[in-house]
Amino acid sequence: MELTATKAGAAKELQRLEKAAGVEVRNCYQCGKCTAGCPVAFAMDYSPRQIMRLLQLGLYDEAVGAHSPWLCASCITCSTRCPKGVNIAGVMETLRIEAKNQGLVPEKAVGLFDDLFLQSVQQNGRVHEMGLILRFNLKSGKWFKDAAFAPKLWRDGKISPRAEKAGREAVARIFARAHSQEGE
Amino acid sequence: MKYAYYPGCSLHATGLEYDLSTRQVAKHLGIELWEIPDWNCCGASAAHNTNHTLAVALPARNLAIAEQEGLDVAVPCAACFNRMRAAQAAARNSEAMRQTINDIIGMDYRASNETCALLDIMVNRVGLETIAEKVVKPLTGLKVAAYYGCLLVRPPEITGFDDPENPQSMDRLVASLGGTPVDWPFKIECCGAGHTTTRPDIASRLLYRIYSGAAAAGADCLVSACPLCFLNLDMRQEQVGREHNASFSLPVFYFTELMGLAFAYAPKDLGINRHFVPVAPLLESKELLRHPVTRREET
Ligand code: SF4
Ligand code: SF4
Repeated sequence: MELTATKAGAAKELQRLEKAAGVEVRNCYQCGKCTAGCPVAFAMDYSPRQIMRLLQLGLYDEAVGAHSPWLCASCITCSTRCPKGVNIAGVMETLRIEAKNQGLVPEKAVGLFDDLFLQSVQQNGRVHEMGLILRFNLKSGKWFKDAAFAPKLWRDGKISPRAEKAGREAVARIFARAHSQEGE
Repeated sequence: MKYAYYPGCSLHATGLEYDLSTRQVAKHLGIELWEIPDWNCCGASAAHNTNHTLAVALPARNLAIAEQEGLDVAVPCAACFNRMRAAQAAARNSEAMRQTINDIIGMDYRASNETCALLDIMVNRVGLETIAEKVVKPLTGLKVAAYYGCLLVRPPEITGFDDPENPQSMDRLVASLGGTPVDWPFKIECCGAGHTTTRPDIASRLLYRIYSGAAAAGADCLVSACPLCFLNLDMRQEQVGREHNASFSLPVFYFTELMGLAFAYAPKDLGINRHFVPVAPLLESKELLRHPVTRREET
């Protein structure tokens, strides 16, 4: 099989991913430049280049179930450097959304943080940093994570128990409409 | 010069020095900042990793309010800046997307105004000559590692104002304030972003590389243009050092704080007294706390 040949498996899912991420997976020629610059490749189960290879081979489920999209820090180094113009950061982001839609969250803490962050925005219109971190610690079971920093942050006026609220109705409407849009 | 000002959530909380110093130096330079009334969160990474439409609609509402006032938008936070530029590009590149956004936000956003990083405004619109003219206490002898991180410069087709591999705007700004920018290899490496909370093991490794890189280049301090990078770099420095059997003492500044110091504002008025890594010893050793007596007598 040619290195850049694409297998037929999972054609429909692949098409959807290519459209959402704005890529053609066959464009990747497996040079590895994305992986070389990826700051978190060392912690991934599949490197960015390997994720592209999985997709080329039609192993879509493997890619969607991987830890890599959840460990991706959205630093965009890969897409910026890819000599073939493949938007790999977009692939990671799209895989993560797709995984979540399938109920797959291999990195629980990352998924929890995203959810709580958006809940905070949805409720207040702005994110309430202190509330977010407290809720995260409670729900992740790491109750005292970073607690040592709290007294100084408090003294410096950088954390507050009260959430700032703004534009709440407008934001609630945006959430409702955006969710029904993507559901279509 | 008047801009719609979008501070973003962090600048009202853990990044409040950035807000404080931004307002001080803007006033000093005659830039009027009109805070977008009732602005909402840009959605950050959580939104774009969850729902593509939400990720452009949340920032677009703020941009639309500014557009109604006929104002370009000044964004200090690199992360907000990136999300807002992505929304602006989405609306400009596709009429269908613009319609979708407008249906969701219930406004008519035409993307006719420009969203700018505050750093871009200072360096390219105010200009370094104008800034240099205002310097009364040059940062002589201060060796600064300019840390750009990710979202200020990538992807370049979205951010659009500096080189993605070797950005220079903060280095040039530091030089125009009389300081010495150091050449170092980690200026665009990721700080770990939210992983300091979710996967601290990963973030620790990334932060360690940045600290050691800056120290090896002989820097006295780091300068940042992002409240999230700043918090990671400043608050976690001691902890990350400990985890790697090392010890770092690299004060971290917002670029607006360095500007304020060079304009002879007291550290307290810029919020510099609220950092985790102590700043006073460095400023004292470089004699940056002394008042510019001669200048005072002149006026
Ligand atoms: S840098 Fe681009 S072409 Fe090279 S392996 Fe990565 S995605 Fe493929
Ligand atoms: S965007 Fe994600 S996959 Fe790409 S280099 Fe950054 S962390 Fe790695």
